Amino acid sequence: MAATIKAGAAEVSAATSGLNPYQGPPVGDNVFAKITQNVSRVMEVPKPPRAWYIAFGIALTLLSIFGACLGWVVWEGIGAWGNMVPVAWAFDITNFVFWVGIGHAGTLISAVLFLLRQNWRTAVNRFAEAMTIFAVACAAIFPGIHIGRPWLPYWMFPIPNQMGMWPQFRSPLEWDVFAVGTYATVSVLFWYMGMIPDFATFRDRSTSTIKRAAYGLVAMGWRGSSRQWHRYERAYLLLAALATPLVLSVHSVVSFDFATAQLPGWHTTIFPPYFVAGAIFGGFAMVLVLAVPARQFFGLKYIITIKHIELMAMVILATGMVVGYAYGMEFFIAWYSGSMYEGFTFQNRAFGPYAWAYWTMIFCNVVSPQIFWWKKMRSSPWVAFIVGVIVNVGMWFERFVIIGTSLARDFLPGSWGYFIPTPVDYLTLGGSFGLFFTLFLLFCRYLPMVAMAEVKSIMPEAHVAHGDHH
Amino acid sequence: MDLFVFPRWANKTRVLAGALLGGAPLYLTGLIWYGASPKTTDVGYMPEQPVPYSHALHVGELGIDCRYCHNTVENAAFAAIPPTETCMNCHARIHTKSPKLEPVRESWRTDAPIEWKKVHDLPDYVSFDHSAHVTRGVPCSSCHGRVDKMEQVFQQETLSMSWCLDCHRAPENHLREPELVTKMDYKPPKKQVEHGLELRKKYNINPPTDCSTCHR
Repeated sequence: MAATIKAGAAEVSAATSGLNPYQGPPVGDNVFAKITQNVSRVMEVPKPPRAWYIAFGIALTLLSIFGACLGWVVWEGIGAWGNMVPVAWAFDITNFVFWVGIGHAGTLISAVLFLLRQNWRTAVNRFAEAMTIFAVACAAIFPGIHIGRPWLPYWMFPIPNQMGMWPQFRSPLEWDVFAVGTYATVSVLFWYMGMIPDFATFRDRSTSTIKRAAYGLVAMGWRGSSRQWHRYERAYLLLAALATPLVLSVHSVVSFDFATAQLPGWHTTIFPPYFVAGAIFGGFAMVLVLAVPARQFFGLKYIITIKHIELMAMVILATGMVVGYAYGMEFFIAWYSGSMYEGFTFQNRAFGPYAWAYWTMIFCNVVSPQIFWWKKMRSSPWVAFIVGVIVNVGMWFERFVIIGTSLARDFLPGSWGYFIPTPVDYLTLGGSFGLFFTLFLLFCRYLPMVAMAEVKSIMPEAHVAHGDHH
Repeated sequence: MDLFVFPRWANKTRVLAGALLGGAPLYLTGLIWYGASPKTTDVGYMPEQPVPYSHALHVGELGIDCRYCHNTVENAAFAAIPPTETCMNCHARIHTKSPKLEPVRESWRTDAPIEWKKVHDLPDYVSFDHSAHVTRGVPCSSCHGRVDKMEQVFQQETLSMSWCLDCHRAPENHLREPELVTKMDYKPPKKQVEHGLELRKKYNINPPTDCSTCHR
């Protein structure tokens, strides 16, 4: 059995971490087979649950709205948005940072927790990785349309051309291109490689030739031999090591977009760690938002257990407080720096025309996670779901507050302004969720939603010594 | 149902698939890079003109200076296309019966200008000033080629942005004494680069390469 190859490492780590994530009800003797049956059933049943159809209908509707908005922006130009000097970065960049941030939990769960041997990750890592990729796909669209001439995004890449033009490597916006590009590439590789053994399982269980051919193609001839597993594990470890720095680098680089500018409210050294913590915070919240309904509707409750929900709630509580600390520290530094512009910016943030956005953010990001101090709340999936939604709203507002309030009132009162979004702004934001959820729902239906091979490897039955104690 | 959907030979196609996946982006990039470059699309553009006017005859054989017809180049951004009157300065007496010149005489009679076709057409978002170049010693032939050898004028250079920048970054490859800019069979007194560097120093020629130099 393939999973037993992993047993050695799993045994050691299970002993050291003291966690037994497999806490579901006993499912009889053939637990490995049952996991496979349960996860594969989602793909094998002729019709997914009714909830899937409803969700997919909503997602497709939003996706068409998104498509229409993008089409309108290309046709009409970015005048379709409310962006106007001084607020030249508004919803577009807010949405970009929001979606890139969402992706962070994926890499954290799949790479960092893997290297730290946090085995509970196996139940949710596939989810989180898929979420990462779909979130990065959503994020990538926004700089593409923000440039105003969406047919020229290749100018951002160092491609030799007849204009003799070369990207400006001193610009953090250019660093972004490479940071996000690397991140997307490594995430896709990591996600895809992790799925290969599960694709092979799907291929072997499929009953129609089309499915067999399709899953066979993506399984790339996986047979589960010892040699294949050996190389697979090596490659996985290497990819995890490669992906780990990306957890820190991507959002640090995104924060440089702001931190390297001279604008009060942007020009701070706390931004990189603050952005990374916020990204992990928002990303884990999104994992909860996706995992809670998925485990409910696809009958995976004993694989994604209450224990998992609780652990993720703890991560949210911890990173939420890091974010709260950063909010406080920004105010402290604004006062401590003695710079009147910094001081004004933060006073303006909390009590100026955007105070409503600021206090929404504080409520969502700092106050709402505090509910997780109570174990009862942590272990209630639907409470976790609701807090996840609230935190995502809060994280969107965080980016809006940073971008909007800082730009709207800078050094010169004569150049102050106020950003008023147009309907296209709102619909584009809402529509991007359509793209995200459409991709995610298709993933749920057609791809292995849970890393079957990995989950099996951390179950008690996978331990070499299992059975000796009886 | 068969356990194996794919026949045995499918294994061999993996190499092919890999080569295709790797090669296709390269091929496409190359195709667009070459196929859509001005070298392919613009160089050699030679529209049919309303009058079969030969630069090779007028400039090459007869030795008329460029500025006799394109008389605004030293003072204006635009190099004037001569009016019919300029032609008639000579052709009121020379070749008065030539059928080739009938469109010119008709223009003269009816007062309707000849509709010459523009060969060297820059995009509208570029501002180019002839006088700034000609009076500083950038020769006509650097951009327009050996017009004295062209029966019918065609575009010889790409006029692409990188082509402009090549000279703006190293003008010494083209500079002459300003009074020699229209000389078609010019030979530099010494090696062009050395001479060009001297002229750069002499006339303090430092072409800007900011975006706003040309895109205003």
